Amino acid sequence: MKPTNIQDPEYFHKVVDCQYACPAHTPVPEYIRLIAAERYTEAYMVNWESNVFPGILGRTCDRPCEPACRRGRIEEEPVAICRLKRVAADNKEEVRHLMPSVPEKKNGKKIALIGGGPASLTVARDLAPLGYEIHLFDEWNKGGGMMRTQIPAFRLPESVLDEEVDYILDMGIHTHFNTYVESMKEVLEKDYDAIFVGTGAPKGRDLNLPGREAADANIHIGIEWLASVAFGHTTKIGKKVIILGGGNTAMDCCRTSRRLGGDDVKVIVRSPFKDMKASPWEIEDAQREDIPILNNMPPKEFVVENGKLKGIVFGKVAAIYDENGKRSLIPTGEPDVFIEADDVIIAIGQDNAFPWIERDLGIKFGKWDLPVVDKTTFQSTLDRVFFGGDAAFGPENVITAVAHGHQAAISVDLFCRGESVYNRPAPYTNLVSQKMGIHEWSYDSPVVVDKRYLVPHAEKQVALADRKVEVELGFDQPTGFKEAQRCLNCDVQTVFNTSRCIECDACMDICPTSCITFTANGEEGDLRTRLLAPANNTEQDLYVSENLPTGRVMVKDEDVCLHCGLCAERCPTAAWDMQKYLYQVTKATPIWNISEQSTI
Amino acid sequence: MTYIKPKFRHPELPKNKIGYAKADYEGAISTLCGGCGHDSISGAIVQACYELSIEPHKLAKLSGIGCSSKTPTYFLSNSHGFNAVHGRMPSIATGANMANRNLIYLGVSGDGDSASIGMGQFVHAIRRNVNMVYIVMNNGCYGLTKGQNSATADIGSLSKGGSENRYPAIDLIGMALELGATFVGRSFSGDKTQLVPLIKAAMSHPGFALLDVVSPCVTFNNKPESTKSYDYVRAHLEATATIDFVPEKEEITVDYPEGRSAHVELHDGSVIHLSKLAPNWNPTDRYSAVNRLLESKMKGEVLTGLLYIDPNSQEMHELENTVSQPLNTLREKELCPGSKALETINASFR
Ligand SMILES: Cc1cc2nc3c(=O)[nH]c(=O)nc-3n(C[C@H](O)[C@H](O)[C@H](O)COP(=O)(O)OP(=O)(O)OC[C@H]3O[C@@H](n4cnc5c(N)ncnc54)[C@H](O)[C@@H]3O)c2cc1C
Ligand SMILES: Cc1ncc(C[n+]2csc(CCOP(=O)(O)OP(=O)(O)O)c2C)c(N)n1
Ligand code: SF4
Ligand code: SF4
Ligand code: SF4
Ligand SMILES: [Mg+2]
Repeated sequence: MKPTNIQDPEYFHKVVDCQYACPAHTPVPEYIRLIAAERYTEAYMVNWESNVFPGILGRTCDRPCEPACRRGRIEEEPVAICRLKRVAADNKEEVRHLMPSVPEKKNGKKIALIGGGPASLTVARDLAPLGYEIHLFDEWNKGGGMMRTQIPAFRLPESVLDEEVDYILDMGIHTHFNTYVESMKEVLEKDYDAIFVGTGAPKGRDLNLPGREAADANIHIGIEWLASVAFGHTTKIGKKVIILGGGNTAMDCCRTSRRLGGDDVKVIVRSPFKDMKASPWEIEDAQREDIPILNNMPPKEFVVENGKLKGIVFGKVAAIYDENGKRSLIPTGEPDVFIEADDVIIAIGQDNAFPWIERDLGIKFGKWDLPVVDKTTFQSTLDRVFFGGDAAFGPENVITAVAHGHQAAISVDLFCRGESVYNRPAPYTNLVSQKMGIHEWSYDSPVVVDKRYLVPHAEKQVALADRKVEVELGFDQPTGFKEAQRCLNCDVQTVFNTSRCIECDACMDICPTSCITFTANGEEGDLRTRLLAPANNTEQDLYVSENLPTGRVMVKDEDVCLHCGLCAERCPTAAWDMQKYLYQVTKATPIWNISEQSTI
Repeated sequence: MTYIKPKFRHPELPKNKIGYAKADYEGAISTLCGGCGHDSISGAIVQACYELSIEPHKLAKLSGIGCSSKTPTYFLSNSHGFNAVHGRMPSIATGANMANRNLIYLGVSGDGDSASIGMGQFVHAIRRNVNMVYIVMNNGCYGLTKGQNSATADIGSLSKGGSENRYPAIDLIGMALELGATFVGRSFSGDKTQLVPLIKAAMSHPGFALLDVVSPCVTFNNKPESTKSYDYVRAHLEATATIDFVPEKEEITVDYPEGRSAHVELHDGSVIHLSKLAPNWNPTDRYSAVNRLLESKMKGEVLTGLLYIDPNSQEMHELENTVSQPLNTLREKELCPGSKALETINASFR
């Protein structure tokens, strides 16, 4: 293999598994260390800079970082990254003065943001400090998009949402609430220099089975129903409720039903339990609220008596997988099952819908009626129109919408300044030694063996009595500290200097997880078979040195390195050093420079 | 502060035949200087014991005094251990072995511990062919007492302070050959590919197996002009052969390169395979080994590898014709068989 090019900003970035997996590349270990140091405000700002909604995401994030977390490859469970984020948000002090100020004098450019969800709000935050005049349109009476209309208050208190939405709206954003934009053509005719579409995927799928129309009064579309609950229009539901669907929306619908009078609430999915799309923790939370999940039961018919819904007839299937792993659901031949219901909520997915965008404006649409959008620049086929969030490529989650927003803001800014939108800024990186003295590093290098801490919950009876009572209570500070100590500091990199190595094997001998091998070089596939310990995880790189005096090379498998620093500790010539790598996605405007303000 | 070895190990570490992972052969975290050759030798011992599937409780590690003699703390935590006074490990090993022949004895010593204060003990253990592995971690100095030249320091070798050693070196290998040692090898701490099979072979040898392992003291004796430094040893390394140890009943799967090669079969059926043999050298011929050693010395080479093995070695218990049962398990019944037995014995002398 060629010697690893550690100058490539992506090499060490990839070693920080959580940050790499985070769509917005939040510097996770950095803020976790700040939490351990009780520097909650700075921990919050590190988050706010990259993910804009730390308090919201600390409660609701889809957590792509957690399955990626190195800790999960070393013991059973990853660091509770998401809940730690909430610790920062819950314990911070005043932060407004740390946020960038917005110039009185504007730069003369005017931007329209359609939709008030996280994608648009991110664009607004990144552009407002540059002096753009920003107009935000949303059909509802407040900002937040689906974070407000969909995510139930028992998962996300309104006060937390308001606070973080307001940090942005208070940056002098011109809001046009209660305004559904009917025509893109009209928007284009106004004097906006650029338009960002962040309208989400607002259409809930329906299920057209016999009886659907006759029972309409008691059949609800999941996302419409949740929005109606969020705005207080719907306050009740029948005692017996069936939720059709197995995603996160279904979980929110069933749990909300439990709070609005449903005491026999069931989730029924057509396929096997293990194929459910909902996050494991959301399924757990639903089950904890006495909601059974029945699987392998496709609905066949809504049964209506005297014009009123009585229940649903379900078939019974089994999942069969062919040799390619493709699933088919085969009827088992068992008799159909009738299950009673007063109300049914259909939560089987969402679609994009752009009825308000005329198709002759030069904005091309492709598959599934999604706009044609550049994956890097978020530009549509009409140069001053940009898309992001669920509107761009279909429904995802808040953090993805934020990541899109950052990139779209860069594009809008480049476009307005007449530069090429492909002129993307490089990430900010910084690599600094953490050595403080003999046996002393500036980070807590010992690796604790603590198992993942559980988060306390509100008492079930109290929680079910009021849909606004938050269920998860978050870690207290001492638990937050202990959980933070589980983080392996993957951003503190093992940096190898070939010219200093005397090949004494000290690092290889001490490494607890047998990451380091000195051996003859070879192709990657061959090298992986010749290392001290199995190197079967090809997703993780091998760090290869230049040739050493004996003709061998140092090969380090990054897979299960604990970042414990013992290799550097034992190295007599400091050929190894532990250096903290900071990687920050460059924003349209500097928001908070971690290395200057909060380094730990 | 990091001086704590994390508890986590590689989750996919393989297990050996008896179900142990390499980690099960580790010891406490080393307190030697980072880069000390002794740590690498400890690593090689761990590797060898793991590969040989040794049951940790069937091994006893013994040592004297010195940085080298501290190392048994850093490997095989689950084995027996005895830390003797300076230079007295061979006697302890002899006594322990006499009492319980069922353990594997691994002696660890230094050049000071063996070639100076413990010389009298060392030679007699060889002479008696005590069934043990005797590793000298040879750094040419007294590491623990801050680097004074030891008796194995070569004449002309420079110490850390720059002073030249005026006395000729004692070559433990040459001496052992002279004394009739039945297994003699030399290696280098920085060459695990050679050291691990040598340790495995030594452990399988019935009798005294001496391994003189050059092991640089990074702190006090690692100037390039020191003949025990990493740079010097690497530049002057010469091997008798490439060694491979194939345990009993294991198939030979390696393709040995063309050239002179030899197999030495051990009593337990395991095989030492040697390839790329040095000219005029036969591993089972003491005379050729002595010659080869002298030749290398004249040329200024550091000769490593297996130098001599006596496949017909008779260890102390065989020479003493002791019972096969460990002496420490003999009880009154066996030791005092009664007057009838005594009469029979007496009758045999009449
Ligand atoms: C029930 C449910 C629960 C969810 N839970 C989570 C969760 O826990 N964590 C998570 O990360 N994600 C969750 N999501 C997904 C997440 O809410 C979305 O991915 C995210 O909000 C998308 O952000 P966005 O900015 O693209 O658009 P949205 O948040 O969808 O915001 C778009 C806004 O634009 C408005 N709009 C649309 N068209 C127009 C128009 N023509 N004129 C004016 N306004 C318009 C919409 O009403 C909406 O307010 C959930 C989704 C649902 C349905
Ligand atoms: C009876 C006695 N004499 C002297 C000493 C002091 N002393 C301790 S270690 C040592 C030399 C050790 O040298 P070596 O065996 O080569 O070990 P190294 O530290 O080099 O590995 C000496 C002389 C002692 N501990 N006991
Ligand atoms: S251990 Fe810490 S730094 Fe490493 S992936 Fe997990 S959260 Fe991120
Ligand atoms: S930091 Fe060094 S010693 Fe620790 S696990 Fe990683 S490579 Fe091994
Ligand atoms: S003083 Fe020398 S022999 Fe002792 S631990 Fe340090 S390097 Fe090793
Ligand atoms: Mg010594």
